[in-house]
Amino acid sequence: MHEPLLHARGVKKYFPVRSGLFRRDVAYARAVDGIDLDVGRGETLGLVGESGSGKSTLGRILVGLMKPSAGELSFDGTQIADLEGAELRRFRRELQFIFQDPSGSLDPRMKVRDIVGEGLDAQGLERGARDRLIAEMLDKVGLRREAAECYPHELSGGQRQRVGIARALVLRPKLVVADEPVSALDVSIQSQVLNLLVELKRELRLTYVFVSHNLAAVSYISDRIAVMYLGKLVELTTTERLCRTPLHPYTQALLSAVPEPIPGRSRQIVVLRGDIPNPIEPPSGCRFRTRCPLAQPVCAEQEPQLMPKSVGAGEHLVACHLA
Amino acid sequence: MSLLRVENLRTYFDTRSGVMKAVDGVDLDVREGKTLGIVGESGSGKSVTALSIMRLIERPGRILPGSHIYFEGKDLAAASERDLEAVRGNRISMVFQEPMTSLNPVHTVGNQIIEAIRLHRRMSARQARERAIELLELVGIPSPERRVDAFPHQMSGGMRQRVMIAMALSCEPKLLIADEPTTALDVTIQAQILELLRQLRDRLAMAVILITHDLGVVAEMCDDVAVMYAGEVVERGSVEAVFRSPQHPYTEALLRSIPLLGMTKAEPLNVIPGMVPSALRWPVGCRFAARCSYASDHCHRKPPEMFATGSGYAACWLRGDTVERSQPGATADA
Repeated sequence: MHEPLLHARGVKKYFPVRSGLFRRDVAYARAVDGIDLDVGRGETLGLVGESGSGKSTLGRILVGLMKPSAGELSFDGTQIADLEGAELRRFRRELQFIFQDPSGSLDPRMKVRDIVGEGLDAQGLERGARDRLIAEMLDKVGLRREAAECYPHELSGGQRQRVGIARALVLRPKLVVADEPVSALDVSIQSQVLNLLVELKRELRLTYVFVSHNLAAVSYISDRIAVMYLGKLVELTTTERLCRTPLHPYTQALLSAVPEPIPGRSRQIVVLRGDIPNPIEPPSGCRFRTRCPLAQPVCAEQEPQLMPKSVGAGEHLVACHLA
Repeated sequence: MSLLRVENLRTYFDTRSGVMKAVDGVDLDVREGKTLGIVGESGSGKSVTALSIMRLIERPGRILPGSHIYFEGKDLAAASERDLEAVRGNRISMVFQEPMTSLNPVHTVGNQIIEAIRLHRRMSARQARERAIELLELVGIPSPERRVDAFPHQMSGGMRQRVMIAMALSCEPKLLIADEPTTALDVTIQAQILELLRQLRDRLAMAVILITHDLGVVAEMCDDVAVMYAGEVVERGSVEAVFRSPQHPYTEALLRSIPLLGMTKAEPLNVIPGMVPSALRWPVGCRFAARCSYASDHCHRKPPEMFATGSGYAACWLRGDTVERSQPGATADA
């Protein structure tokens, strides 16, 4: 593996649950509960999971949009928690975020030019240089030059997502976290945006964390995939290994549940019982055990750790007593 | 045998900017006990088609004269409101995408199911409650005798969708229309609901119209498929035939634009350039021509007819040279 660009250890995020007359914290929803994760320079790491898995929260923590409740995070060799002032601002530039809903994340009263240019303003560029950078970026994301003078509502969903990508990339970040960047788009537009993300990564030598519930899209774009369930990583390995030999029962179920446009395909769908449990009171031991078709008594007693499984070459981490 | 036959369905909406031709001459055929998938992107008219079949179109929308919706020997397009009430929720039921907004938050799920039952069946309150519990059990809700008194917000998204299905099945319809029933759900919950729909369909011998944007769901659930684009059906036939060898360039391009598990970024995805035209101003010729890699001048000038393709129908001039023309209202099944 490459030298990690981003290094996370023991990252947690607990959200207080308030109740009663004085709105006291009565419990905590453990959205992200102790994650160790390295993101290699130049790689695309996929983060998959269902709602409540904590994948979006983790994605926001990784770019500094949200402060973790506990844990260490270092970027390019620097501890993020120690940063202040100008250094913090520089760091913020190098980490960018692409949102799922391109309409909700763009200010409707601003023209595309200013949405994309907003981040540049802190750099005190002269107008000509600023406009040049914006035009260049719009061109890179495949928007016509005239789009600079448009308001978001004048654009289609796919075009708005291109604006969101331009806004993130104009600052020349090193790491980009994209949270469900194609989920809100129509099928024929999804492939346009996926291809664009792949091209831009190559051209600008970016590192991606691609957060999504869509396993097919994640596996298409990612070099490695981390699977999350209820705030924990359950499996982490290369895309190829994960798709070919998934070891965690949850990953197996998830893979089998993806409907593919191939009629008559004979395959065993693992249908999981029940819903994802409440993150306020996660099950003891393995959090997946309440829905796991293979669960044993040990799964309720001991929490499985994310451990390397040595089957052939390549790192393959799994948190399962039975794998 | 066809259970439902839609012919030349046109549903327009009068808006301030002009007439929006959301559904513009759709033919469909649903075979008894079989599942038809209607697939298309947003704005293709698939949901409006479903609402039109149920005659749930309200002003400023209108179903145009000349549209026909034949179901059990009646033309629903011409039926009176009274006749429709006997059909809706009884012979034809519908399940929507977002169960939270379709359920009433201030009533228990049991009372909502009971109301649906008693609308069409003479039954005492106690009998109806028994039936509601039975239905909840049928759709796989654990401890139904307790859950019958739960409120929608006390249930998860998957459970609420099960309640919606229970309600839709309360009168054992011949046709269930499910509009994106799993789109709002997680993958593993989607698998549960699809599995449930499959079981119920077989057990109750009902036909299903499944409306979705997900070609994977169609491949997994449906016998027949109709592909919609810009208010029209551009291709229809058996799922097997259409997916194996799509006859319309849009279907083909769509199938090639989805990443499959195991595909890598080394193979770029097929891209359909541009976007769907506006329903206020459909193009003059083939509505897909501007995005089609096979389009010729002729395509831009003249809208294609529906041509028989051997295994189904496709509205594309490319298919027009070799095979005879389709008869209006002819069915796609062999």
